[in-house]
Amino acid sequence: MQEHNVNAFEVVRPGLLTTVQDLGRFGYQKYGVTNSGAIDRTALRVANLLLDNDEGCAGLEATAEGPTLRALVDLVVVIVGADMQPRVDGKAVECGAAIEIRSGQILELQRARRGLRTYLAVAGGIDVPVVLGSRSTCLPAAFGGFRGRILQEGDCLPIGPVERSPALLIGRRLPAEWLERIGDILTVRVILGPQEDHFTPEGIRTFLSGSYRMTPQMDRVGVRLQGPAILHQAGADIISDSTPLGAIQVASDGQPMVLLADRQTTGGYAKIAVVVQEDLCRLGHAMPGQVVRFCRIALPEAYAALRAHEERFDALRRTWQSSPERRSSYRLRLGAGSYQVGVEGDRGTYRVHLEGMERMSEHADAQ
Amino acid sequence: MSIRFLDAGESCLVAELGDAINVALNRQVRALDLALEQARVEGVLEAVPTYRSLAIYYEPLIISRDALRQQVSGLYDSLEGQEDRAPKVVEIPTVYGGEYGPDLEFVARYSGLSSEEVIRLHSEPWYHVYMLGFVAGFPYLGDLAEQLAVPRLSTPRLKVPGGSVGIGGKQTGIYPVESPGGWRIIGRTSLRLFDPSSEVPTPILPGDKVRFMPIASHVYAGA
Repeated sequence: MQEHNVNAFEVVRPGLLTTVQDLGRFGYQKYGVTNSGAIDRTALRVANLLLDNDEGCAGLEATAEGPTLRALVDLVVVIVGADMQPRVDGKAVECGAAIEIRSGQILELQRARRGLRTYLAVAGGIDVPVVLGSRSTCLPAAFGGFRGRILQEGDCLPIGPVERSPALLIGRRLPAEWLERIGDILTVRVILGPQEDHFTPEGIRTFLSGSYRMTPQMDRVGVRLQGPAILHQAGADIISDSTPLGAIQVASDGQPMVLLADRQTTGGYAKIAVVVQEDLCRLGHAMPGQVVRFCRIALPEAYAALRAHEERFDALRRTWQSSPERRSSYRLRLGAGSYQVGVEGDRGTYRVHLEGMERMSEHADAQ
Repeated sequence: MSIRFLDAGESCLVAELGDAINVALNRQVRALDLALEQARVEGVLEAVPTYRSLAIYYEPLIISRDALRQQVSGLYDSLEGQEDRAPKVVEIPTVYGGEYGPDLEFVARYSGLSSEEVIRLHSEPWYHVYMLGFVAGFPYLGDLAEQLAVPRLSTPRLKVPGGSVGIGGKQTGIYPVESPGGWRIIGRTSLRLFDPSSEVPTPILPGDKVRFMPIASHVYAGA
């Protein structure tokens, strides 16, 4: 047993469907092993960024109704995604901000409001074993994550080593633009293909102009939508081939299904288009009844959007990047006690965090 | 024959080598997969060989789609004479019928054969493994005896035990892990088709040949 591999929290109530996920498992689709990973990758990535974790650290993905967890050690966590009205020992805490949970305290996530999935990242990352290159839970083949399954009452989850003094993390907050909510109509950008030629021109027009509603048939495998039937040229079947994340397959009933992280790796239905990865994160929050429209973009536009998305990430990363001028950490001895002190400065404002004290101290000094 | 490239979203390029199911075309797909793997192209995340195409997953901010297309075309043009990986032959010990194969009698009735004839026809051929997919470790096998083609269940079972050997339409296969399924289950194997603790997690690989080997149920129970 490695020293750092300490149990960080215990599951008091598992919630509806809570799993350990990172950014997914790559390199094994040729063996039929799907990618898995967080459905809303953006949420998990920013949550990890805010904690100075590696972006690909594993966190928890909660669905529709979140878990209740008891901290077994002092933790710093971030909750991003659907608003599950998080509370610590009954007191509401903020989403999208680094918060401290003391050993013994209870973190409670409730029903999701606005959105479907919520991510809990913890400083140090959840340290379940890496299986086939990833810590993600693969539900269809029952391996990875925590024992290959959804969390249950009594499970204890370990975390990895925490590099940064927690005192330097607490109080960090995501800019509002990263906490966007989806609107009444969700427009999803798609790239046509790979089998758009299996559909009639009218079928493509229907797909791009129609309103589709999310049905209750939605899980980590995929989401079924319902709307005007999309016409095939000559049947829905193709010789089975690879099914990418976000692929929209249309079965013979003309209704689209968007494939998500736990999809089967190959399939025999024609795929009219593939959802742009950034928008797939939004689609992962759509509830039954949500109206979805598909908007076609060309590949160069998709690349420009992807580049812009990554640049926003880089900017976010720079916001918190530790630089010696802006941030330092000292060990302070006061009488018998020893405290870790973090000092963070920005434009004449300095904040001092004391680890090991009950409350965070904050001093603003205009000079 | 030239490659038909298809875009499947912003990070997947499909190299389609034909539009048929046959062993020669499938071999070309695997050869291209092998050549791509050996070329270690930066920005390529993984590739998935299927019946007649290779899906290449890449990071578009590291390698552009056009650069990738060029590389793949180059690899394809120099495939001539490339040696195929020596196919393994894998025997799959299978208990037919009884509690392990609840649909064996249906298949026999439907095809007008005795159970013994169904077992013989099913266990006689060497099946070509075209690809793995669907779920972890599931082999897509070629060329089931025509007499054995049966319709799928109208209502799929919610749980088919791992190791179940089934027939669905003109295909036969093995469920590697417990999953829902609509195929007619005629037997079960104790061979583990998916082992996530192994870096190559499946004993059967594309290009291999497999054969079902009938065994008695007490042999299975003792396994």
